[in-house]
Amino acid sequence: MSKIEINNVYKIFGQRPSEVLPMVKNGATKEQVLEETGHTVGLDNVSIKIEEGETFVCMGLSGSGKSTLIRHLNRLIDPTDGEVLIEGTNVMSLNTEQLIDFRRHKMSMVFQRFGLFPHKTVIQNVGYGLEMQGIEPEKRNSVAMEKIEAVGLNGFENQFPAQLSGGMQQRVGLARALATNTDIMLMDEAFSALDPLIRSDMQKQLLDLQAELKKTIVFITHDLDESLRLGDHIGILNAGKLVQVGTPVDIIMNPADDYVEAFVKDVNRAKVIKAKIIMVPAAQANGIDKTNLIKVHEDQFIEEFLPKVVCNNSNCEVVDRQGNTKGYITNKELQKSLSKS
Amino acid sequence: MNKILRENKRQIFNVILLALFVYLLVISYGASKYKPESISELKDIGSWLNNWPKWLDLPLMDWINDWFAKFNEKYGIIFEVINNFLLGMVMGLKKFLVKAPWPAVIVGVSILAYFASGRKMGTTIFVFFCTFFIGFLHPRFWDKAIETTAIMLIGIFLCLIIGIPLGILMSRSTRVRDTVLPVLDTMQTIPSFCYLIPGIMLFGLGAVPAIIATFIYAVPPLVRLTDLGIRLVDTEVIEAADAFGASKKQKLLGVQLPLALPNIMQGINQCTMMALAMVVIASMIGTRGLGDEVLLGLQQLNVGRAAEAGIAIVLLAIVLDRITQAYGETLQERRAPVKKKK
Repeated sequence: MSKIEINNVYKIFGQRPSEVLPMVKNGATKEQVLEETGHTVGLDNVSIKIEEGETFVCMGLSGSGKSTLIRHLNRLIDPTDGEVLIEGTNVMSLNTEQLIDFRRHKMSMVFQRFGLFPHKTVIQNVGYGLEMQGIEPEKRNSVAMEKIEAVGLNGFENQFPAQLSGGMQQRVGLARALATNTDIMLMDEAFSALDPLIRSDMQKQLLDLQAELKKTIVFITHDLDESLRLGDHIGILNAGKLVQVGTPVDIIMNPADDYVEAFVKDVNRAKVIKAKIIMVPAAQANGIDKTNLIKVHEDQFIEEFLPKVVCNNSNCEVVDRQGNTKGYITNKELQKSLSKS
Repeated sequence: MNKILRENKRQIFNVILLALFVYLLVISYGASKYKPESISELKDIGSWLNNWPKWLDLPLMDWINDWFAKFNEKYGIIFEVINNFLLGMVMGLKKFLVKAPWPAVIVGVSILAYFASGRKMGTTIFVFFCTFFIGFLHPRFWDKAIETTAIMLIGIFLCLIIGIPLGILMSRSTRVRDTVLPVLDTMQTIPSFCYLIPGIMLFGLGAVPAIIATFIYAVPPLVRLTDLGIRLVDTEVIEAADAFGASKKQKLLGVQLPLALPNIMQGINQCTMMALAMVVIASMIGTRGLGDEVLLGLQQLNVGRAAEAGIAIVLLAIVLDRITQAYGETLQERRAPVKKKK
């Protein structure tokens, strides 16, 4: 069983979505539906499976439905059709009380514009989820302090959000989401409002936290580099449709259509492709010049060993952690993987 | 069947309106004293096309008078209870403030201003002098100002306990908002004498119809600003509360109301100012207070007297404004980024 399962979800915005649904199911495009009925198609037959402990990045341009999708997971938005299963429970079957309980204990969320409570101090903000869970103020504050320290904001706990910089505010948002200790974290363009340096810093912080906590994270972004850096799997949305789901390398090496291809066109491939992806396995490596080899670890990115290859004009031997030869890389493979088709 | 009804909602509604209009035409014709004697009179187009025909007269006045007479007869007792209750509150408040030594009242008001303004000395001293000058203008004004204040405070109290919950309801449901908004529009545009007359008939002359008139006149801005304040709370903040599993009540009390408070305080401030504007008008129905000094000045063509009383009302307005305004400002300051000290 997957941790999160989204099956054939449709979302149509407008006056009478249920009447427009058959039209969408019959394959009408977003533009057609808008022109003929005035309804906006948010999601069009989206199905995704997300496994426990992975970071799933949902990527697309603005208006592609990614924020709508993430809000279906905790039912901030109800789907027009289809089902959303969290640990096997259909969230649509929950009544108001069950839904509140579900939101308190199963999921937490980080928002693009932070969504902090301006009238509460940092520590009260971080403790909000715990307050909703009904935890005593003393315990709440000690857990909140712990999380504030984890995101490096000690000393700011009694400030109000407006007194902090954007990056610090988003750290508060992150700490608030971590404090409830839920299995699933939803991050809606969490770092998009931050400047590039702080963003990269926050990405690193998230990766470090994730290595330790192993939560199931659903991350929304419109930034390809961010999705390649964070995602175990990436799903690409276009006009409400899921175009492609795959690992970062899949997306780059085999884009499903022109839209994805346009997306990955400008990506620095050397930065995301690992040696083991492009190597010729040792068994098939006949006729490769094996004099003057450079040793390369299989998990190294091309970027890391490319300068050496260029300087020495030699081939690479790919080894695993134990030093066994796994395969070889020649100029031919490098050329193939780095050139934009 | 339901589907047909829903799709043709607008047409059905229009047909009903048309039928109602025709019904009113027939009734007004039936009730009219002047009817055309025969069809032939109608042929003389010039006689009724130039002037509005006398038989096209909706007898709304009679209807309202009949209805009101019956209403007064049937439910008058309820209004007497309300009357006694409100009068008791006003009298109690007035007696307390009049009996208290005047320096104590001035100091009390100043202390209130001091804490409301977040311990600002400037505002406090200003309020102190304004309060002092009310009595300083004319010894008689002190008790009158207290009487006016008592009526206003009770009126504002009514506004608060009815206006704020109504504003909250409006912010939650479009249906309530759609029904309440036209009522508020009517309350704000209808001349105040129109409800002063039935007020006198239900409650008699004096303080209570003034309180009711104050309420009708002053509650709309409070309701509007409460509704607006709650709806203006950042949607992402509301989503955050939802996402962490806040119940409706927790969301309202913990997030929406605190964040809407500056707007609500602005509403209370507006409410206070409008209530004060009602004081002079209310004096015409026999409400005592600063307003009847203005009225006396007007009747005697005594410019000085009217001006003196007018200034006293302005001073009272300033005092009340500073206190309510200052409280809203201190709330807002907490939320703004810290000002960098140079």
